[in-house]
Amino acid sequence: MQPPAIRYHIVHETVYRYASPVSLSRQLLHLTPRNCSWQRTLAHHIAVEPTASWTDQRLDCYANPVSDLAFEFPHRSLEVRAESTLEVLPHLPAGTRAAPASGRRTAAPLPLCLPDSPPWEDVRAALAYGARPVTLSAAEFQFESPHVRVKHEFAAYAAAAFTPRRPLLAATQALMQRIFDEFEFDPEATTIATPVLSVLADKRGVCQDFAHLMLACLRSLGLAARYVSGYLLTTPPPGQPRMIGADASHAWISVYCPEVEGGRWVDFDPTNNLLPDTQHITLAWGRDFADVSPLRGVILGGDEHELAVAVTVTPLAADSTADAAPKDAPGAPGANARWPVGDAGT
Amino acid sequence: MPRSLLASYPKQGDRFDEMLDQDGVVRPAWRAFLGHLDAASGEQMRHRCADLHRRIVENGVTYNVYADPKGADRPWELDLLPLILPAAEWQQLAAAVSQRARLLNAVLQDLYGPQELLRDGSLPPALVYGHNNFLWPCRGTRPPGDVFLHLYAADLARSPDGRWWVIADRTQAPSGAGYALENRTIVGRVFPDLFRDLQVQHLASFFRDLQESLAAFAPQSNEAPLIVLLTPGAYNETYFEHAYLARYLGFPLVEGQDLTVRGDCVYLKTLSGLRRVHAILRRLDDDFCDPLELRADSALGVAGLLQAVRAGKVLVANALGSGLLESAALPGFLPGACVKLLGEELAMPSVATWWCGEQAALEFTIAHLDRLVIKGSYPSQKFDPVFGNQLSSRRRAEMIARLRARPQAYVAQELVNFSRAPAWSKQHDRRLLARGVGLRVFVAATPSGHVVMPGGLTRVAAVSNARIISMQRGGSSKDTWVLAEGAVNPFSLLKHTVGKADLVRGGYNLSSRIVENLYWFGRYSERCDKTARLLRAGLSRLLDSGADASRALLAAFDLCQALQIVPAADAAAQPAEPSPPATAGAAHQVLLVQAICGKQWGDGLAGGIRRLLWVATQVRERFSLDNWHAINRLQHQLQCYAQAAGEAQRVELSDALAFLDQVLLAASSLAGFAMDNMTRDDGWRFLIIGRRLERLAFLAASLGQYLRLPAASAAANLEWLLELTDSIITYRSRYMARAQILPALDLIVFDDANPHSVAFQIDVLARDLDKLAHLLGGPADPALHSARQRLQAFDVGRFEADDAREADAARDLAALLADLALAAAALSDRLTMRYFSHVGGISHHTLAW
Repeated sequence: MQPPAIRYHIVHETVYRYASPVSLSRQLLHLTPRNCSWQRTLAHHIAVEPTASWTDQRLDCYANPVSDLAFEFPHRSLEVRAESTLEVLPHLPAGTRAAPASGRRTAAPLPLCLPDSPPWEDVRAALAYGARPVTLSAAEFQFESPHVRVKHEFAAYAAAAFTPRRPLLAATQALMQRIFDEFEFDPEATTIATPVLSVLADKRGVCQDFAHLMLACLRSLGLAARYVSGYLLTTPPPGQPRMIGADASHAWISVYCPEVEGGRWVDFDPTNNLLPDTQHITLAWGRDFADVSPLRGVILGGDEHELAVAVTVTPLAADSTADAAPKDAPGAPGANARWPVGDAGT
Repeated sequence: MPRSLLASYPKQGDRFDEMLDQDGVVRPAWRAFLGHLDAASGEQMRHRCADLHRRIVENGVTYNVYADPKGADRPWELDLLPLILPAAEWQQLAAAVSQRARLLNAVLQDLYGPQELLRDGSLPPALVYGHNNFLWPCRGTRPPGDVFLHLYAADLARSPDGRWWVIADRTQAPSGAGYALENRTIVGRVFPDLFRDLQVQHLASFFRDLQESLAAFAPQSNEAPLIVLLTPGAYNETYFEHAYLARYLGFPLVEGQDLTVRGDCVYLKTLSGLRRVHAILRRLDDDFCDPLELRADSALGVAGLLQAVRAGKVLVANALGSGLLESAALPGFLPGACVKLLGEELAMPSVATWWCGEQAALEFTIAHLDRLVIKGSYPSQKFDPVFGNQLSSRRRAEMIARLRARPQAYVAQELVNFSRAPAWSKQHDRRLLARGVGLRVFVAATPSGHVVMPGGLTRVAAVSNARIISMQRGGSSKDTWVLAEGAVNPFSLLKHTVGKADLVRGGYNLSSRIVENLYWFGRYSERCDKTARLLRAGLSRLLDSGADASRALLAAFDLCQALQIVPAADAAAQPAEPSPPATAGAAHQVLLVQAICGKQWGDGLAGGIRRLLWVATQVRERFSLDNWHAINRLQHQLQCYAQAAGEAQRVELSDALAFLDQVLLAASSLAGFAMDNMTRDDGWRFLIIGRRLERLAFLAASLGQYLRLPAASAAANLEWLLELTDSIITYRSRYMARAQILPALDLIVFDDANPHSVAFQIDVLARDLDKLAHLLGGPADPALHSARQRLQAFDVGRFEADDAREADAARDLAALLADLALAAAALSDRLTMRYFSHVGGISHHTLAW
């Protein structure tokens, strides 16, 4: 029996206003959701004002869709509106179940307990040079990247969660819990240029910082973990309407776990202490934020600029999910091997 | 016959000696050369050393040392004696290095393609995915002809048994080929007969091959391919080489801001618009090349370049991402990769290397730390090599802890034994020193295979038992003479046959930035000339005594103040009470001397000269060598004077005047070069316009101020005014009388045949600007024509009348000239806006989440 898919409508709006005209601008957009075995795009459109002089669509080296836009005339503002309709299937690892009540603070309705997985040291050994077979798709996400350092400080921080012979997924979940407990969400504390070592020292930041920190911990242990950029459905308080524009673009991580389902990536959201499932919509993944920044550009002129970003994620009405089961979308990675969906306690 | 040089040459120790065999006998390839040295007198050798040094200084061969607090260019260190290699040995060496170039190209082809080397475990993923020069966005990009390494360099060292080893690979943007060429140019001229008699192989054909292969690999369109040399700028350590190679290869030297990507094509910004660029020989590091997709903080790159490469619209040499192979950890994996990719055994070994990411290698390294050197696996680590045998027991324990904590970041290497070669002592008349040497060999990829430069850059250690040779650490260099077996191919790049289709006229490929700098070069050189002239006019009045002289001094001093060449009266440190005339002269002297060389970098005449030198650096490849010599001489003179002035409490008047004479001589030779020695292209036109505009602005401002002086018509003052405007000879030949105001003003202001008059500047400038508007399109500028009319309408006869009317005339003419000075400044702003506005503006990076 197909489990129910959840259908969403997403609007991601970005507006730049420049103090003086920009004569030349080049923008790289990671705003088109990638297809995954648990997620399928039904409709997608990017509207840009002013109209670009030149455009190109391609897949980046991680197979994320990317749009390349050039504006070769003076302009004072740039508005980009990406609109997607897509559906997400539950995709927690098979065997995930509700945890016995622990009384700990979490954002999830019920704490979840992940299925058994190999001891983390065995995973590290399987990813080390000399081990066979070589899993290149994991090795890509095992080393330093622009925002993620590999340092003993991070390994030391992770050590409390990564106790000897602890199963990888359990240890990763404990690390997520620790970051969630000890770090404060504070949009004023950091910028995208804040080094991840300072985040560790100051224990404050936003979702990108927590994702980078968790990646630094995992990679410093010799594990493979990638950065996931996407959207989060913020559950509105009961009885209140959804706040338009309150939802923001989000980031979490995914760790590579051999043996479970023949080797797969498992998502963790350290900002919310959640195991991402149907409330998380995947946009793109890479080594860190630098690989998948939603809008990355170089402009000539413009002086100061103002930037406004608004993301609205709306679940579509239940009746529209009737035909929601993803067909094997053409071009979707892993489409033929759609993962079995667990009896998640949602 | 002088004593043989061998008598004092240190005998063999534990190293290979390039000149002597193990029995102390001179090797055959060196016999003729040593014989020649033995026969030469101390006097002859001193002469050769001086010749060598002079050529280095005059050619401006420099190497920037980052650590130098002044960031100053350091003269290139070049030893008098070449390294000599016999033909047979060279052939083997060249074949091995050529194989290595093929191998490394194949490795890059694999790593940016199928990655079989990673899949089958031949290479650790850590050395690729963990390397900051693995450019992820370049995955799957295939350069034309699958050539990644258009120019490759290997650093070689020779072990005591005489075998050559590779100690490092330069795959990103190898430097040194230009220095090797420059070394050859200099040393070949110091020993012209020996060079010919020994049949030394020439280098030029190597550069032609490089030139032709870039053109061949570049994407084709319906025009001759435009190839540029991309430099990070004048502050790069090897900038001299960039400029030198650009000029030698005939490629425009450009910076990132000179290029722009439109759509997926790369263009050079020129005065006549955007010109398509087909190939870029880059000296910019991989990750700096495109701020859009690579390092966002790079101000040096070209946004969109990667997409142009992916689209096949531009060739970048070496291919973006080729810096991946510059890792100390890689050599250990090359023997296996060579068999796998080429089906051959690796011909020349690398220095033994253990990558600590492998458990066994880590344990070996820790056990044998005493005889190993530890290096970082990745260039981004900026980890200085650590010699195990130099560690205290505490440091040793720390190093081992670091190795265990992050083993994949470290590499252990066997200590390198450099061979020794004779170097000429700078301290003695006739003395050979033994110095450690390493050889950098260059390989170019051509459509028909790899070619090796028959020669190379020999690097010389500061001591004989060196473990590291580094130009950054005070090493020196040598020319490398590879002897030919048969006849030498006398080809020279400069005589390369040009067909009618290759003819190029004009300077269409000048970047707008270069043109703007030439414009300012014109303005600054004229400004230095005029400032020096005015200061000399003032200071030389101190040499004379008498009322006339002191009146003239005061007038010249007032003019200096009005033009803000010396500080205004209230700001100047004047003695509080009125001083007797003698000390007044002394105070003026102090202030005028200070105006030559102020305390701050940009102050005074010296500041003007420094600005001139700075813009000259920006356009260095546009100047002939002779022109550049004049600029270098000026820099040298300024350094000497500034140093002497800084040390002495009080500068002698004669020294100050001598320096001003030097500046004026330099300025007039620069003017001469500009008139006679530069191609009449748009760049030259702007340089000349800059000179004229500056002269007009100076004449108008200074004459306007002069006419306001109380004693403007005094003969003593008119004398120095005529000196200042370089018109004294003409005046004397015309009038043979004491200077009078009417004929003086006629000559300096109104005479349109005097190249130093106001009218002349306006006429010539108006003509040049009209021509420019005609060539580049756009309306002519009316400002000068109306200024000329006002000047023509002024009746110079008014100065013939009595004192009262003469004062009126002076006031009117002063106002007219002041307006003209303002008009000249406004004109300069308009020129900048019109022709250079697209140059300015640094791109910056934006990010949204």
